Amino acid sequence: MAGSNPNAKPMDLTLKVWRQRNRTADGQLVDYQVKNISPDMSFLEMLDVLNEDLLHKGEDPVAFDHDCREGICGSCNLYINGRAHGPEPGTTTCQLHMRKFKDGDTIVVEPWRAAAFPVNRDLSVDRSAFDRIIQAGGYVSVNTGGVPDANEIPVPKSIADRAFDAATCIGCGACVASCKNASAMLFVSAKVSQLALLPQGQVERKTRVENMVAQMDKEGFGACTNIGSCAAECPVGISLENIAILNREFLAAKATSNNLA
Amino acid sequence: MKLDAKIPEGPLAEKWEKHKFNVKLVNPANKRKYDVIVVGTGLAGASAAASLAELGYNVKAFSFHDSPRRAHSIAAQGGINAAKNYQNDGDSVFRLFYDTIKGGDYRAREANVYRLAQVSVNIIDQCVAQGVPFAREYGGLLANRSFGGAQVSRTFYARGQTGQQLLLGAYSALMRQIAYGKVKMYNRTEMLDLVVVDGQARGIITRNLITGEIQQHAAHAVVLATGGYGNVFYLSTNAKYSNATAAWRAHKKGALFANPCFTQIHPTCIPVSGDYQSKLTLMSESLRNDGRVWVPKTVEMAERLRKGEIRVSDIKEEDRDYFLERKYPAFGNLVPRDVASRNAKMMCDEGRGVGASGLAVFLDFSEIIQRIGVEGVSQKYGNLFAMYEKITDENPYEMPMRIYPAVHYTMGGLWVDYNLQTNVPGLYATGECNFSDHGANRLGASALMQGLADGYFVIPYTIGDYLANTPPKPVTTEHPAFQEAEAQVRERLQRFMGINGTRTPDEFHKALGHIMWEYCGMARNAEGLQHAKQAIQQLRKEFWSDLKVTGLNEELNQTLEKAGRVADFLELGELMVDDAYNRNESCGGHFREEYQTPEGEALRDDENYAYVAAWQYQGDNVPEVLHKEELTFENVKLTQRSYK
Ligand SMILES: Cc1cc2nc3c(=O)[nH]c(=O)nc-3n(C[C@H](O)[C@H](O)[C@H](O)COP(=O)(O)OP(=O)(O)OC[C@H]3O[C@@H](n4cnc5c(N)ncnc54)[C@H](O)[C@@H]3O)c2cc1C
Ligand code: SF4
Ligand code: FES
Repeated sequence: MAGSNPNAKPMDLTLKVWRQRNRTADGQLVDYQVKNISPDMSFLEMLDVLNEDLLHKGEDPVAFDHDCREGICGSCNLYINGRAHGPEPGTTTCQLHMRKFKDGDTIVVEPWRAAAFPVNRDLSVDRSAFDRIIQAGGYVSVNTGGVPDANEIPVPKSIADRAFDAATCIGCGACVASCKNASAMLFVSAKVSQLALLPQGQVERKTRVENMVAQMDKEGFGACTNIGSCAAECPVGISLENIAILNREFLAAKATSNNLA
Repeated sequence: MKLDAKIPEGPLAEKWEKHKFNVKLVNPANKRKYDVIVVGTGLAGASAAASLAELGYNVKAFSFHDSPRRAHSIAAQGGINAAKNYQNDGDSVFRLFYDTIKGGDYRAREANVYRLAQVSVNIIDQCVAQGVPFAREYGGLLANRSFGGAQVSRTFYARGQTGQQLLLGAYSALMRQIAYGKVKMYNRTEMLDLVVVDGQARGIITRNLITGEIQQHAAHAVVLATGGYGNVFYLSTNAKYSNATAAWRAHKKGALFANPCFTQIHPTCIPVSGDYQSKLTLMSESLRNDGRVWVPKTVEMAERLRKGEIRVSDIKEEDRDYFLERKYPAFGNLVPRDVASRNAKMMCDEGRGVGASGLAVFLDFSEIIQRIGVEGVSQKYGNLFAMYEKITDENPYEMPMRIYPAVHYTMGGLWVDYNLQTNVPGLYATGECNFSDHGANRLGASALMQGLADGYFVIPYTIGDYLANTPPKPVTTEHPAFQEAEAQVRERLQRFMGINGTRTPDEFHKALGHIMWEYCGMARNAEGLQHAKQAIQQLRKEFWSDLKVTGLNEELNQTLEKAGRVADFLELGELMVDDAYNRNESCGGHFREEYQTPEGEALRDDENYAYVAAWQYQGDNVPEVLHKEELTFENVKLTQRSYK
């Protein structure tokens, strides 16, 4: 069924897409025309159309990351017309629909640009730096088994809800891509505050924040200068409050522990 | 071949305890002498990899994703079951066991399912200890909701993002072990073959998806946690990359594939909107707690609605047919998925479907909105409502959702015994990748439970039993079986690159999906299945002569990746059709039109089909051989499932 908008007309669009063969190659924007795009298509379905077209012509399709196409896996990561995940607030690239564009539009599609996220090919980037930051301390050190009953430690609903809000970060990297310093503070702070809020996270509270921040710096992410474009572009609404919590946690840890040299 | 499920002796409730005592242990100092490969780091794989590493084994973990956090498990919405009985509403391990066996239409093993129900309670403890922010009540204790096929509230949840929170929990445990150096993680690395040495699983062949490099990896045991194969149908609620390659390659190396035709069609998904559609989006089953499913009472009214002559609001209350509540008063909108899906299809087949295509029914929230207000509903389902609106451009607070069934989950998978070991010694399968616990239909919120049960609480015990009998000598890739498997992988990749035809992998995939949905989907019959078999064989021929792949192997080449996955789907699809054809009964998600009760319910044939169908590969284009594992039921009585 032609979705919600049966009268909406198919669109013809010009795309300017970043093409780069591999990590070390030079890249450039290349122009493509796509025709007959339904407004009910998702942005990635529109790219599927382009890719099928290229393949039929014997050209290499555009590489891009995606998987769930439901806004939850954090794979998709396109910089569209100068904005991380495109024009619609609170929306991942895969949930962006073509009804947000007009017939005849030119759309510029680029990868995340940050020194810590090297390009694999075209629009696909390497975000393994995020995993390494989590490895530095983004967990509670419990082994499988031997843990208390789940209801043994009550957690006030308001705290559980706030921890949940922070925990919904999908690890997409839009915060980094939209920050002029390419800072990863929002991502790191989301995990730090989730675990700082919950009783289970208390034991390692200090080492965690120190180690994660140290790893973040090591990965080459920039400093946070409190501009807030990260939170504005975050598709799941991770709030700036988390950065405030991180700063507080970090200062408290530094003031009272010798955990790090 | 004699299939031995290795179910421990003794009363149902004591089997697992006894078994844990009887299995051999690897002494702590020796554990680091064993290498274990875990392929897949979704819920089942990440939990297994972390737990095995904690025990001291050296783990190599593989995922084709760029990070374990992206696995398909992340998308699970509604919740996870556990027999905690926190609500004091009569739940128990036995009740969860019973509901699961009955929900699976008596086609699962009692012993496995009972163990699943037993360890379910530990899962919730584990997740909470990791910092998983489950929903809570005002008193600070954990909240529960109900799910289909159950009359108690035993589902734990984290808003509509339960899979995300559970996976991030398992992921954090895995990251911790990576930091300790106990797990070596290979991201963006796809397993393309299994290596079997002297009848035992000894390693895998992989391709680095960024560089195209082919590698050999050896280990004392291999665990496949590679997810389900619902994407055979092209359109499904599965993530785009979910595929069957790892399981299928293992199958071709000797592992039996069980009940391939048991696929779950989920009743509440956003309907297809056009040919370009790349996947279908689930609206969580939890919505059926409060949403009421209906269609117009008459065909005539449905037609006028479809044509836009009348609006939803013009249909009076008495002209709405809440068909699930009408037909199944005891369970109402919370009947199991197979029943809900089939009834939605029936309504549409009768001509009472809604939406322009007529392939949809309403899921209506007006009553709950009146009862608890928009704010209250948004608290419960906000993210799902927002997702619906983003995709359809319609506001479900004002208009009922339109939903239609879609392929969602595969109960079939690699055959495993009680230890989760396949018939190939040293090869294990966990999570959606195996067939073990859900019979012919899975209950909502039970896949997350099974994946984590397998990974945290079963495999860590059972794999030790095997390893304790394996000498702790280092394993290498020296054996010719590695060279052979690598050569086959290379040859296949080259074949894809060399065909130079005209059709893309996606075009073949869509064509296959069409055949599968039409003839091996929600309803099947002998004639259709025979037709499908020929059509798939024909399509496979065309694939191997007319495929188009550009670029090189030695680079990130998503078309080449896709080609390999579609090639495997084209073989698995045929086996699914064979299995559906063989099973002359209806049970759970497998509905053969020839076998139904006068009311149109599934008609089982327990006398002849109370078995697991386990298929053995014989060579390309040679019919597979069927092995039967008879199912015996000592603790439940087989009855026709009734949700009335
Ligand atoms: C939209 C949706 C909602 C759901 N909601 C619920 C719910 O509320 N409750 C519930 O219980 N269940 C739910 N399910 C089902 C449940 O999410 C899945 O069954 C479960 O998460 C599967 O977990 P898994 O670990 O077995 O596999 P997956 O999460 O699919 O993980 C597979 C892993 O294997 C890797 N892999 C696969 N093949 C290869 C290969 N060849 N080489 C290398 N790596 C490979 C992948 O990279 C990935 O890491 C839902 C499913 C869907 C689609
Ligand atoms: S904080 Fe937001 S933008 Fe940054 S990674 Fe998480 S979800 Fe993406
Ligand atoms: S593809 Fe998963 S969030 Fe976009």
